[in-house]
Amino acid sequence: MKKSSLPDPFQDARISKGYGEMDDQNDPVTMLLRLKDVRKAAHSWDTFQSGATPGRIVIPSEVAIRNIRQIPFELDPPLHGDFRAILEPWFKRPLESEYEQKLTKQINDIVDAVLVKDAIEVVADFSLCLQSNALTLLLNIPFEEAQTWISWGTHVFRSDGVALDGDKALILYNYIDQQIQKAIQNPGEDLYSVLLASEVNGKKLTAEEVKGVMILTFAGGRDTVINAVTNSIAYFAEHKQSLEKLRDEPEIINKAVEELIRYFAPLTQMGRVVTKDTAVCEHAIKADSRISLCWASANRDATTFENPNEVVLDRKMNPHVSFGFSHHNCLGATHARQIMKILLMALSQKVKSIAILDCKENIEELGEFKRKVGYDSIRVKFTAL
Amino acid sequence: MAKITFITKDNQSIVVEGTSGSVMELAKQANVKGIDGDCGGVCSCATCHIYLNEADLLKTGPASEIEKDMLELDDDANEFSRLCCQIEVSEAIDGVVFQVVR
Repeated sequence: MKKSSLPDPFQDARISKGYGEMDDQNDPVTMLLRLKDVRKAAHSWDTFQSGATPGRIVIPSEVAIRNIRQIPFELDPPLHGDFRAILEPWFKRPLESEYEQKLTKQINDIVDAVLVKDAIEVVADFSLCLQSNALTLLLNIPFEEAQTWISWGTHVFRSDGVALDGDKALILYNYIDQQIQKAIQNPGEDLYSVLLASEVNGKKLTAEEVKGVMILTFAGGRDTVINAVTNSIAYFAEHKQSLEKLRDEPEIINKAVEELIRYFAPLTQMGRVVTKDTAVCEHAIKADSRISLCWASANRDATTFENPNEVVLDRKMNPHVSFGFSHHNCLGATHARQIMKILLMALSQKVKSIAILDCKENIEELGEFKRKVGYDSIRVKFTAL
Repeated sequence: MAKITFITKDNQSIVVEGTSGSVMELAKQANVKGIDGDCGGVCSCATCHIYLNEADLLKTGPASEIEKDMLELDDDANEFSRLCCQIEVSEAIDGVVFQVVR
């Protein structure tokens, strides 16, 4: 198997019974594996809720390390929609031409820099920098701030060998508290200040609500973007002809972005808490237990996707759920799609080939399943066109 | 050449002309409010939802199973719903009026 492959560990369970099971800190999870079931459950917010104890819908659960509710992610309709409405316009800014130009310059600079180096470790020296730099645009704050986030390392929440690291989470939470205080004292045009000035249902957002939005913005877009970018580099290293195809047919780049994101499923799953006794795939599920919407499995469901384990760059019908589905679909998706589109343009225009020197895979242990989601580290050598 | 009319939620009428590509792409070029086309036209985001007039149903043809599955879980969907990224611009849809859902 190629080093860039992401195998589908869910296939047998998805076909035979439709669900899987895993424990997570003594709070077990029934994982929904079929695309249609995942979409239905994502849509049924009153049975499968997000507004549970903060941290409980995340897998691994963050209940032990977080009291703050992430907003709007850990709310249910109608309040969810009220918050979402004030956030949507801000998170659509990546479509503005000035934003796109700045992001293009950032990504071109990073690609140009690695082209003249002997070898680089992609996760730390490329993807983390790219993701952090781009986040300054999403937050509308000075570029230099990215250095602080880069210094935190690749994981805000996770350390090697420890799934949940409360101390690392505190670094982020304390940092956000400081930034909110700064914005209260000296309001500007950054996301903190915009949120502090916003109202939902006639009431100004509290500092705690602003913190909830900011934690989501930092945490939701960190490992996911890093995985998507890193996995793209690995894929193109082993599929040189795909780089050539994008160079020759730049009009398929949007489709290629969607296809890579389908295949990578940078976030494996997201949980929900069940509000009443119910059943999925004829499997009884008790009230107050957890299910997960396994995006990674749903994206390989052969009842919808032809050749699901192949990357088909110009796949025409691609109803993947890598950005979630329904009410809670990813708020940062516009930003993430722009990052991927610009990255693919830059790579296809500037890179002749990429060689993988060595790599260590990042394998998630999910009860009966083991899923490769990306790499802990991967050293490559770029060759310029 | 097909002449297509979009009616936005705030009742603006926008007339565009096109020969190829998808209706979603045409709408985006014309900045039609409510047609975002976030996924670029691969039927994964449902941000290009429109209603057809009953008289135009035959002109556009039926939705595919995959498109129907997407619409099934859209709270605003009805029997006249389509995702316009899945409608090709051609002479066959000349004169069609699309009501933008959001």
